Amino acid sequence: MSIRNVGIVYRKELTEAVRDRRTLISTILVPLLLFPVLSVGFGSLAVALVGKAKEETPKVMLRGGEDSPAVVEGLKKLDKIEIVAETPNWKDQIINKEIRAAVEIPAGFQANVAQQRADTVRIFNYEGELKSEFATEKIEKYMKEYRDKVIKERLAAKNLPDTVLKPFDVKQENVAPPEKVSGAAFGGIIGYMVILLCMTGAMYPAMDLTAGEKERGTMETILSSPISRMHLVLGKFFLILTAALGTAALSVLSMGVSFSVLGHYTSQSAGGRAAAAEFLLKLGPKTVISVFLMALPVAVLFSATLMTIALFAKTYKEAQSYLTPMTFVVIIPAIAAMLPGVELTPKLSIIPILNVSLLCKELVAGTYHWNYIAVIFASTCVYAAAALFIAIKMFQRESVLFRS
Amino acid sequence: MIEARGLSKRFQDKKRGEISAVDNVSFTCQPGKIYGLLGANGAGKTTTLRMLATILEPTGGTAIVCGHDIVEQPEKVRANVGFLSTATALYRRLTAQEFVEYFGRLNGLDEATLKKRVDDIFKRLDMNGFRDRRCDKLSTGMMQKTSIARTLVHDPPVMIFDEPTNGLDIMTARTITSFIRECRNNGKTVIFSTHIMSEVEKLCDNIGIIQSGKLLVEGTLAELRDKYAEQDLEEIFVKVVTPLFAAEEAN
Repeated sequence: MSIRNVGIVYRKELTEAVRDRRTLISTILVPLLLFPVLSVGFGSLAVALVGKAKEETPKVMLRGGEDSPAVVEGLKKLDKIEIVAETPNWKDQIINKEIRAAVEIPAGFQANVAQQRADTVRIFNYEGELKSEFATEKIEKYMKEYRDKVIKERLAAKNLPDTVLKPFDVKQENVAPPEKVSGAAFGGIIGYMVILLCMTGAMYPAMDLTAGEKERGTMETILSSPISRMHLVLGKFFLILTAALGTAALSVLSMGVSFSVLGHYTSQSAGGRAAAAEFLLKLGPKTVISVFLMALPVAVLFSATLMTIALFAKTYKEAQSYLTPMTFVVIIPAIAAMLPGVELTPKLSIIPILNVSLLCKELVAGTYHWNYIAVIFASTCVYAAAALFIAIKMFQRESVLFRS
Repeated sequence: MIEARGLSKRFQDKKRGEISAVDNVSFTCQPGKIYGLLGANGAGKTTTLRMLATILEPTGGTAIVCGHDIVEQPEKVRANVGFLSTATALYRRLTAQEFVEYFGRLNGLDEATLKKRVDDIFKRLDMNGFRDRRCDKLSTGMMQKTSIARTLVHDPPVMIFDEPTNGLDIMTARTITSFIRECRNNGKTVIFSTHIMSEVEKLCDNIGIIQSGKLLVEGTLAELRDKYAEQDLEEIFVKVVTPLFAAEEAN
């Protein structure tokens, strides 16, 4: 084993990689821009759109209510609601977004309330349409307040306290430390992102260094040099691994920066994202190092597997068609780990990818189950070593290298 | 020196079953001589030369290159061989100098020797004008010179050329043929495959005619002319391969 030879191949592959626009885009630019665009970009856009929707004064059609002047008066006084007169095509108007909702006050409503007879106020809206839902919320809130007022008046008339209707309260209280709460909420995402980006980072160089080399006709050139095929594979493998880990590291960095920037610029209304930012800022070096240590054998596994599969292809395009389905193979267990209620068990701890995703969730929440960590690290190392061994063997097979 | 001993190569083909690409081929190439392997497309020239360069492993027989067995010591064989074919492309994102240096390092040269060797070769092949230019920006002639520089950087005693002028324009092809002659003049063992008769007539000291993986005949040009009572090499070639060709057609 000559480290010098592996180093020579690695250095050459690195030189070529940094001069290749496609590699730079997939390894550096995409992970750096993905999170700012996704979180800050889409986040700000969503906040702006929701804000704009809330600012609009929705038109709400009033149906009936001629014999309930107090309710109608109250509705008309509502802030940022424009009550419009009834027309026969009110349903079409809601569907065509000419008005946002319609409220139907039944005949004799006020009298019925006064005589303690049950009655129903109906609100017609466009489900799933943001502005229609805002209008509905306002009307519903007003009607509920009106109902509460009626209840209070009735209780007061009979000299009864409020506790008659509400004998006791039920409250939830969290005892888990804040970082564990945030860990449970966001930890799964970190593991998922690290694993997915390790994979996407490895994909392009894995194709370029194998099928790409065959396509460009340099495979025969390098095979005519005295370097052993094992050293050649290892040099190439380390470059793919660098790309995988580099992409994952840049993604986490970019995610942290994006969330912290977002945290500074969003108000309390965007509490979820602010909490995420605060949580990511709280991720100590210990957690980050732990996650990366666990990601290392996964990155080895991906790099060796992708390299081996891509080696079978004769052209870059053929390699792409082989590797694209691999994304699903990785995404499915990574997503499964994010599902609520899926937790580490001895059986799950030997399922590749799923085990590391689940462990990342625990690590981020600050829980260190050392027995699981040992099993997962060891099993992933075994899978990674097997994948690397197969890659080396494949590089020695003429039927693979000179497939025609 | 190259000594091929019953070299054979069989491939498995999904449609055609087992194919014998090279069948029990034996010959010897001496230092300071050019051995020309003459054959039609698909005759087994490239497979033979790839086996000698240890890019492919023989399924039968072996060859001794500079005292090293191609099966037992492939890495030592490659360290003594310079291999050039039209299929040996350049790393397009490296400069001409980086490309040659890379192969020098892979051949175990230390940095001081490498620098001296690269400077010498670049001066000799008149490559200094494009030494820092990326390979994807080189003309075909420049690319061929860079490939030649790669094969020379470790100063190998054996040179293997697999149809090196295939598809090249006349000026670039001349650069290659004069380089092959220079290798012989420097005492290197040269083996050269082609299907271009004129190249063989101009360059080769010994000629082997190969067809369907079998080495049918070998000798100097004069010996072959005597044996087949023909002056024109093309006529000799046709006379040699026709019986086998006819038998295969009949099958």
